[in-house]
Amino acid sequence: MTNNEIYLAIIVMSLTNYFTRIFPFIFFNKKEPPKIIVYIETYFPPVIMTILIFYSVKDISFANYPYGLKEILAIVFTTSIHLWKNNYLVSIFGGTIFYMLLVQY
Amino acid sequence: MYKLLNYDKEFKSAFTISIPVMMGYLVLGFAFGLLLSSFHYDWYLAPIMSIFIYAGALQFVAIGFFNAKMGLIDIAIATLFINIRQSFYGLSLLKKFKHTGKFKKYLIFGLTDETYGLLTTVEEDKNLSKTHFYFFLSALNQSYWIIGSTIGAILGSNIEFNTNGLEFSLTALFIVLCIEQYKKLKNILPFIIGAVASLVALVIVPSDKMLITSIVISLVLLLTFEKRIENDK
Repeated sequence: MTNNEIYLAIIVMSLTNYFTRIFPFIFFNKKEPPKIIVYIETYFPPVIMTILIFYSVKDISFANYPYGLKEILAIVFTTSIHLWKNNYLVSIFGGTIFYMLLVQY
Repeated sequence: MYKLLNYDKEFKSAFTISIPVMMGYLVLGFAFGLLLSSFHYDWYLAPIMSIFIYAGALQFVAIGFFNAKMGLIDIAIATLFINIRQSFYGLSLLKKFKHTGKFKKYLIFGLTDETYGLLTTVEEDKNLSKTHFYFFLSALNQSYWIIGSTIGAILGSNIEFNTNGLEFSLTALFIVLCIEQYKKLKNILPFIIGAVASLVALVIVPSDKMLITSIVISLVLLLTFEKRIENDK
């Protein structure tokens, strides 16, 4: 693509992307959202958070050696340290360093 | 703009909370910039994209669009499918964003997976201005993304250092957010639904369609088990 074509593509992506973000705010702006939306409002965050954990390790091969063992270990480690210390900075730094040690050495 | 200076407490609080995202975005942004420049596109396209598009997965895929010289309509449709999940994010924030005034448009623009996760999970300090706290958090997160991608694109493939595994910081962030969500909700069913939907999606579709597939499956499950979930509180 030439730079001009790329600029057009960037404009299209920016607008479409913003549309996906603003859509519910336009749609439910005036009227009170229906009961079903309030229900999804409450229960969707924990669901998507769980999905995002899986999503972030989706390209790990669990069928071949080391069977995603490093990722599972790091997830267990991060969970334990968070339940123990209850400090999210410690949990995230600790979990990441633990995982980096596992994959680099 | 000068009025923002009066909200340094909000800024400090937002900064502390944004640190995990900083690590993730600097690294992922860097990787994106690196990839973009490895195909010999101009480095300044990285900051332009990170400022105006600001969507992680989409920006990576966009490099593929450029390479394939894809048509604009195809790009619009692909973008819609990659990021349609974000429409569900807004549903959980209708109330939170209701009184954010002139910041609302930007807050909506800044709704990435990670910012959304923080906004819906973090306990807010009652003494702070919520609107400014949300704004700083969103703007800081985007600034990390812009900085990371710009540095990556400029340095190109000139340097080499081992950041292998640093991407786990985003996984760790989601784990922590999950635990905090559980403490708030005290209901295990939504997490089971998320896990089941993810596993099913991982088995039945290619990994690039895993996210949207698992969201659809989980919504079906959420609606099917509505009574049980609400009674389980």
